[in-house]
Amino acid sequence: MDITLENLLIRLGSFTLSADFTIPNGITAVIGPSGGGKSSLLLTIAGFIDPAKGQVQFDNKFAVKNPGDRPVTMLFQEHNLFPHMTVAQNVGLGARPDLKLSSDQRAQVDLVLAEVDLANLGSRYPADLSGGQRQRVALARALLRQRPVLLLDEPFAALGPALRREMLDLVHTLRDRQNHNLLMVTHDPDDALRIADRVILVADGVAHPPQLVKQLFDNPPPELREYLGQ
Amino acid sequence: MAQRAQPIITVLGISALGLILALILVPPITLLMVAKDGGLSPADWSAIRFTLLQATLSALISILLAIPVARALARRTFPGRGLLVALLGAPFLLPVIVAVIGLLIVWGRAGWISDLIGTPISIYGLGGVLLAHVFFNLPLVTRLLLQGWGQIPAEHFRLVSQLGFRPAQVFQHLEWPMLRSVLPGAFLLVFLLCTTSFAVALTLGGGPRATTIELAIYEAVRFSFDLSRAAILSLIQFAVCGVIAALSLLISLSTGFSNSNLISTSRWDARRRSQRTLDTISILLVTLFLLTPLLALVLRGLAGLGDLPPLGRAIMTSLMIALGSTAFTSLTALALAQWIDHMRAAKNQLAFLSEGVSLLTISTSPFVLGTGVFLLIRSVANPFDFALPVTALVNATVALPITLRVLLPALEQSRLTHGRLGESLSITGWTRFRLITWPTIRAPLGYAAGISAALSMGDLGVITLFAPPDMETLPLLMYRLMGSYQTQAAASVALILIVLTLALFWLFDRGGRLGHHT
Repeated sequence: MDITLENLLIRLGSFTLSADFTIPNGITAVIGPSGGGKSSLLLTIAGFIDPAKGQVQFDNKFAVKNPGDRPVTMLFQEHNLFPHMTVAQNVGLGARPDLKLSSDQRAQVDLVLAEVDLANLGSRYPADLSGGQRQRVALARALLRQRPVLLLDEPFAALGPALRREMLDLVHTLRDRQNHNLLMVTHDPDDALRIADRVILVADGVAHPPQLVKQLFDNPPPELREYLGQ
Repeated sequence: MAQRAQPIITVLGISALGLILALILVPPITLLMVAKDGGLSPADWSAIRFTLLQATLSALISILLAIPVARALARRTFPGRGLLVALLGAPFLLPVIVAVIGLLIVWGRAGWISDLIGTPISIYGLGGVLLAHVFFNLPLVTRLLLQGWGQIPAEHFRLVSQLGFRPAQVFQHLEWPMLRSVLPGAFLLVFLLCTTSFAVALTLGGGPRATTIELAIYEAVRFSFDLSRAAILSLIQFAVCGVIAALSLLISLSTGFSNSNLISTSRWDARRRSQRTLDTISILLVTLFLLTPLLALVLRGLAGLGDLPPLGRAIMTSLMIALGSTAFTSLTALALAQWIDHMRAAKNQLAFLSEGVSLLTISTSPFVLGTGVFLLIRSVANPFDFALPVTALVNATVALPITLRVLLPALEQSRLTHGRLGESLSITGWTRFRLITWPTIRAPLGYAAGISAALSMGDLGVITLFAPPDMETLPLLMYRLMGSYQTQAAASVALILIVLTLALFWLFDRGGRLGHHT
């Protein structure tokens, strides 16, 4: 599903960010200095921030206002799970928020848990899991929801390098299966090079149109050179 | 960390601790010796029942009303929101007797509400006690809950709107778990405050059906001079507070005494019209409830400013008590806090004393302390001669846990940021206090001293036990004016008291921050 940002202007206090482009279906990394507005861009696409100007469109249709009705699942850096619910319940929320699941839906919960390698942990509570496992649970719920747009706001930032690469590869595999339009914020160019097709550079109040990874890094514009320290 | 041994800190700290323990523990021992085995009369039982009943109801009503208000404040931004949240902190510094007069002008027999509905309503008794307690504690609980809401991660609110939760499900999964962890502590805190709020019972309670234990003690001492009965009742009050203190060990008792997490979170589940209406009504009602007594007081008080009774002596006495109490509390707390911080740095087990002392003083009824001291002095001298120092001392004890709570984090901060630097430069002892510690703690100390002075200024507790008829403080004067139905004069004195209280708070708070660089 394509995402179009049409003459978008985000204003939060004195901070502004503008964007005007289409993100074709695929894997797109969003990079740039911290505080530059990467998260705000994702929050706006998900519907959590109302833009000051402009529109968000999905497949050329204007997005509805309510975040729950947008074709989007977003994973945050932390707090993706409710601590008082089991892993299976946390995933099951993706099917029905009142958790009155049919046996079919319960089977699906088990299925997606298996897909993220947490097959036997459904009855555990988030506090019993490692940081990486918790984010896998959130991924499992995203799979269950089957929304065509998946936004990752650095959910793996707190993990060590090896674990992060493993998680990225898992995301890559799962994404190919459900054909999400995947947007992921990262501060590490290697993440982008590892799985992304395109890159959006967010710097100096502007989100630049997506460019193919190779093109961008082979011939970096001044903002990117500054960010990379070249 | 290699802390150099500082014997002076230890000596001062132990002295302060000894002083406080003596203050808290000697009075009950005196009570035990005075109490004769007399059993409890039906009137005593009814005082116990009424105390527990009104405290339970006060806590329940405050909580039930605070929930929708806190929720509205937690998820709305509107012009004046900051002001309203600040207003919620105000009852803490407002003298009880001042609020009571304001409430009477609005809710009393000849008050605004009576005028409005055309029939006089009477609030003396349980109704009035509950009204005053809710007036003081609804804002407190609202602030506690607002912090609770602030601690729910913003991501969770995004998550529930992404997953399409209905308001009932948001409540079930986000707000109820938070409430379940915050409410027991809030209930206990309000319950405790209401069992020891003597001034409310004195002014709005009374009679066989609305007498609290503390009020019964007061009557036993002042009217029937039955000291054994006063002692027995004091021990019962002591036991009630002790049970609450023991319970609070199980639950972490938060006092809402912080300004963190009072912000609002944007929420997508709150955009429905029904939710919006609910929030608007909650906020309007609570604002009206809190503001009308203050407004009434100002209107009535201004009208009476022209013919005030002479106030010079009452003002002097009140100031002396407030300043004496503040000096005592600040010095004792400073000595104790330095010592506790020192032990924390050395990872000494005794550092938990801070919690213990705070808990002990919070759960001690100041009125029981006063009664004990009264009986103690009586065996050697005339207690009425000691009204001033005893009142100051008891007020100081009440303010001690607050001062400790403000000072300890400041001292820790000072130690963590500058401690090693000081050691590496060999700055120790008095020089270290003067150059390193003092500049970082004077602002918080000034703030705490301001609060302690304000609390003492408005106190109408122990002083009623001790004060000879010719002695006057501003709250005492107001109480006497109320007793002779001079509401207008009492309201005018209330205005003077408020202005002086705020001025005192401002002077200390400002004084602590003057020429301050951090």
